[in-house]
Amino acid sequence: MSGIKRKNNLTFLEKIYIPEIVRGLKLTLQNMFRPNVTLEYPEKKFTPPDSYRGRPVLVKDINGLERCVACGLCARVCPPLAIEVQAGETGTEKERFPEKFEINMLRCIFCGFCEEVCPEEAIVMSKDYELVFSNRNDAIFGKDKLLVPIENLKPRLEFLRKFK
Amino acid sequence: MNIWEIIIITLIKIAVIVTVLLLAVSYAVYFERKISAWAQNRIGPNRVGWKGALQPFADVFKLLLKEDIVPEASNKPLHALAPFIALFVAFSTYAVIPFGPEVNIFGYKVQLVVADINIGILYILALTSLSVYGITFAGWSSGSKYSLLGGIRSSAQMISYEVSMGFSVGGVVLLASSLSPVKIVEAQHGWMWNAFLQPVGFITFLVSSFAETNRLPFDLPEAEPELVGGYHTEYSSMKFAGFFLAEYANMIISSALITTLYLGGWQNPIVDIFNIQGTLAVFLQVGAFLLKVAFLLFFFIWVRWSIPRFRYDQLMNIGWKVMFPLALFNLIWVAVLIMVFKI
Repeated sequence: MSGIKRKNNLTFLEKIYIPEIVRGLKLTLQNMFRPNVTLEYPEKKFTPPDSYRGRPVLVKDINGLERCVACGLCARVCPPLAIEVQAGETGTEKERFPEKFEINMLRCIFCGFCEEVCPEEAIVMSKDYELVFSNRNDAIFGKDKLLVPIENLKPRLEFLRKFK
Repeated sequence: MNIWEIIIITLIKIAVIVTVLLLAVSYAVYFERKISAWAQNRIGPNRVGWKGALQPFADVFKLLLKEDIVPEASNKPLHALAPFIALFVAFSTYAVIPFGPEVNIFGYKVQLVVADINIGILYILALTSLSVYGITFAGWSSGSKYSLLGGIRSSAQMISYEVSMGFSVGGVVLLASSLSPVKIVEAQHGWMWNAFLQPVGFITFLVSSFAETNRLPFDLPEAEPELVGGYHTEYSSMKFAGFFLAEYANMIISSALITTLYLGGWQNPIVDIFNIQGTLAVFLQVGAFLLKVAFLLFFFIWVRWSIPRFRYDQLMNIGWKVMFPLALFNLIWVAVLIMVFKI
């Protein structure tokens, strides 16, 4: 501890330590009557704030289609190479859509770069933190698991517009 | 009373005390965990039974089902013997501690103590000194350097603190002019508790008993960060549980001993003030004893979760340079009390 300067001449009361011991005992006794901070997890669940970076998901717009235009920026920026995108053509005005969009959840490090880099606000981090799989194939999330309706992601999108 | 009646009454007393003590030990473990949780704003065990009340039994069954690992380099007979020495010493000390006055049960006059021997204090001091063997054997026979260091530390610590402990008890013996715990309790009637008459002796005895039971400010024999687990690093399964139980039994014994020597044992001032007679008085007095022991147990646990561990040289300094002179001073103080104030 380089920052702390110790006093060399302790007074008699400081030398016998008893007042300090009593102070310590008082502190722990006070703590015994304070409310607990434990959350009994499986019964009660933690609701994360909007800034929380949970499982990345694809935004499903009001018309029922994904917002993603398969530009591949997220796959490009992803540090652990967890995202794989294959683009396809549509006949509509949007022109491109992801034929295949997979995130390997064993690789994902929840950095949020994909969300930051996305020009269409199409991939965002959700509040979902309960990620359990029993084998490696289940850990690769395809479009079926990734698409989440936009109503469920409103708070996060608003948060992004404010702070991004 | 013929010899058979005495034997049967004593056996009943032993059975009651061992049952109560074992239950108290398991619940001391439970409350240790609960109080530590409260002190850290946690909840503590609350899954097994009502508010986790069956947790101690779950712990014991878990330990029973574990594999018993005996290290290759160990001295096997001593390795197996050590936890039993610790347990034996912890439980047999209780024989001479009185937990109530003389009562009439179905026409028999029963002293509420297993063995009312006239040198009970010497018996207690002798047995508590023996408890160091359990720990030292455990440390030495494990064939591990961590265990050995723990065992050596413990023997040095216990020998140092035994001295101040013995001198503090000297003051109590002087005041009661008897070595029998029953007489010592009877000498502290009303508010004449030794804790008030010789506060310095009370503090030195309290601190020494913390050191004797290897509880936290002095738990160097098992200092987790430095010695892994100290003397019980190489123990597992029921042998580990033996040490664990012995530690908590020692805590209860120490609390009972402090109560007997300094806090008036089963003396309840309310009984003396209102002059209560008969069964109610006995219940109040035994209740007072249990309450005092429970408070001291809480104090032991409370201190453990408040005060950090001493360094080894600090421990020896306090033992020899502070506690020993204070205990001697207390002895002189008691002698002055007797000579000048004729107590």
